[in-house]
Amino acid sequence: MAEPLLSIDGLTKTFHVAKSASGNTKLKALDGISLTVGRGETLGLVGESGCGKSTLARTLMMLETPDEGTVSFEGTNPFGLRGKELLGWRRRVQMVFQDPFASLNARMSAGDIIAEPWATHRSLYPTSKERDERVRELLEMVGLRASDGRKSPQEFSGGQRQRIGIARALALNPDAIILDEPVSALDLSVQAQVLNLLNELQRELGVSYIFISHDLTVVRHVADRVAVMYLGRIIETGETEEVFDHPRHPYTAALMSASPKLDVTGAKRDRIVLKGELPSPLDPPSGCRFRTRCWKAQDICAQVAPEPQVLTAPDGRRHSAECHFPLDSLKGLAGAAVTASAP
Amino acid sequence: MRTAAEQAPPNSRPRAGTPATQSQAHDVVLQVKDLAVDIRTHRGTIRAVNSVAFEARAGETLALLGESGCGKSMTAKALAGIMDPVCDLADGQIVLNGTDLAALSPKERLKFAGPELGIVFQDALTALNPVYTVGTQLGEAFRIHRGLNAKQARLEAIDLMKRVGIPEPESRVNSYPHQFSGGMRQRILIAMAVALNPRLLIADEPTTALDVTVQAQIMQLLRTLREEGQMAVILITHDLAVVAEEADSVAVMYAGNVVESGPVAEVFADPRHPYTKGLLESVPVHLERGAHLKSIPGSPPELHDIPAGCVYQSRCPLVQDICRAERPALRPAGRRRTADPAGTNVLEADDGGMGTTPADRTISAEGRPVRTAACHFSEEITNG
Repeated sequence: MAEPLLSIDGLTKTFHVAKSASGNTKLKALDGISLTVGRGETLGLVGESGCGKSTLARTLMMLETPDEGTVSFEGTNPFGLRGKELLGWRRRVQMVFQDPFASLNARMSAGDIIAEPWATHRSLYPTSKERDERVRELLEMVGLRASDGRKSPQEFSGGQRQRIGIARALALNPDAIILDEPVSALDLSVQAQVLNLLNELQRELGVSYIFISHDLTVVRHVADRVAVMYLGRIIETGETEEVFDHPRHPYTAALMSASPKLDVTGAKRDRIVLKGELPSPLDPPSGCRFRTRCWKAQDICAQVAPEPQVLTAPDGRRHSAECHFPLDSLKGLAGAAVTASAP
Repeated sequence: MRTAAEQAPPNSRPRAGTPATQSQAHDVVLQVKDLAVDIRTHRGTIRAVNSVAFEARAGETLALLGESGCGKSMTAKALAGIMDPVCDLADGQIVLNGTDLAALSPKERLKFAGPELGIVFQDALTALNPVYTVGTQLGEAFRIHRGLNAKQARLEAIDLMKRVGIPEPESRVNSYPHQFSGGMRQRILIAMAVALNPRLLIADEPTTALDVTVQAQIMQLLRTLREEGQMAVILITHDLAVVAEEADSVAVMYAGNVVESGPVAEVFADPRHPYTKGLLESVPVHLERGAHLKSIPGSPPELHDIPAGCVYQSRCPLVQDICRAERPALRPAGRRRTADPAGTNVLEADDGGMGTTPADRTISAEGRPVRTAACHFSEEITNG
């Protein structure tokens, strides 16, 4: 694995909300999150709505302050920085948003949108000549025409708008970009164009991505490593192929199994269909958080929260999952109540 | 046990079953011919749906597949007779169980909404009325069409909620839509659509707003209801994988036109239109991580700016002069035999059994769906 650019340890974030049905006012959106992102690496973050993906992204952007835990960006804790140092740090982590129709100001030209970060980070391109030149460069880098800078966002299609959003994120030459569902609002044929662009940019610039997505097919295509979240915890993490091919946590297996596959051979595929829905994060189950929907749950799951454990596959590859009864990677899902044969 | 295995995936093609259910499965419930929808805008009238033709059969799922703006939802609304006031049904027939809905007055069509045809919308929160309890809304169909009183309708509503798997229906019948989760709201919407056991169920992106584990539950429910009621289901979606798993046949739409149709397994294994092929190649599967995806260049044409000739010409790798001059009709495209694992349902497209209008050509003499494609160079597409 590449030398870590970003490492997070035991990150916890609690929100205080108006009284819920259960009388609980504390919503633990992140509960002891630990992960690392290497330089030039893509970390895929998957999970269902409400699992804490976006809170994690916002915390990494320093839009939320964690209650506990540490964030280390090349050895420095951004939450300890002030003034110019903080500004310098903010330059290095940027974000691309999900909805390209809502995330671009309709009253600004594409060029002004891309140049706007420099209004804060003045020292980067001090003269207007440099800025104009850089805007044209960025537009071409993301596959638009240099002359497109004069147009306003509504003159572009969804895919082109997302390219503008990417150019804006690149404007400050960041080390890491958080991509929050960057292609889920795009049509399939356009989605492939944007994924190709992201791949090329990473190869050229060596930028790290934190790629948040609910689309497992897309994550499998882009991510070097993947972290699966459930109710504020990372329940399984490891190299993408390893996690996808040998899921150890029942939730990961169910998630993989539930996501539709494009298989034209017509082979029969049994699926795990989970009962019930995500429990409210205001009132998470005791012990293991997945136990209310898990087919392997036993008494211990309600009493003791499982710790992350590193599991080794016969081929020597290892990845970590937190489960009292991890699935046997050899047999795939044979230990479960149902079996899944991936196409 | 907290899991439920999917026992018989309905997409197991060809359909296995007793002869009786097989003949049932071939019953054509809905036949759409030459459907055209115009939208009146301040820039003039634009055609959003153009000579669309397909059939839906009892106990089977037909997928309308396409990207945003391709006219798939407009087609659904035209079928259900719930188009916006600025839209006109310009042409075509919508034959549901022998009755041409397109020829009926709006008032006459109301009689079909519910008993004959149900529709499930994408966004369950906006489709449900926030100021009425779900019980009231579920019972409405029974009060209007069956003349039940409020008390009887409430009992029917509870029954329906049981059918679609909503826990504790006796108490939840008095809840309001906002008190349900997204998945449960979608179940309520499905319950409303199937309340009067319609012959045809239209599901317009029923799971797009839902998480994958809930999506799997909803799809399972739709399959169960389809089997129970031998309904014909029209599933509108942009998701190729959902089509591959849920549908028996598929009609691929692009810029208001059906560009290819046929049994899902055959269309996906051997696409005969460059757009279908391009879509399939855009899905990142069976590829090395980070490998270059084959994407379709450009984007679909604006509806007010659809070119003469083929609708796909601006993005097509096979484009020739004839494509710019002449719009290809939907015609049989199954001459090249494809491998079929079970050896049945082999393509039987030969012009002998075909009718003369494009709509008639979507059905073979035996009443089975055949492969059609609207491309001048359909035979030249190679699929490796």
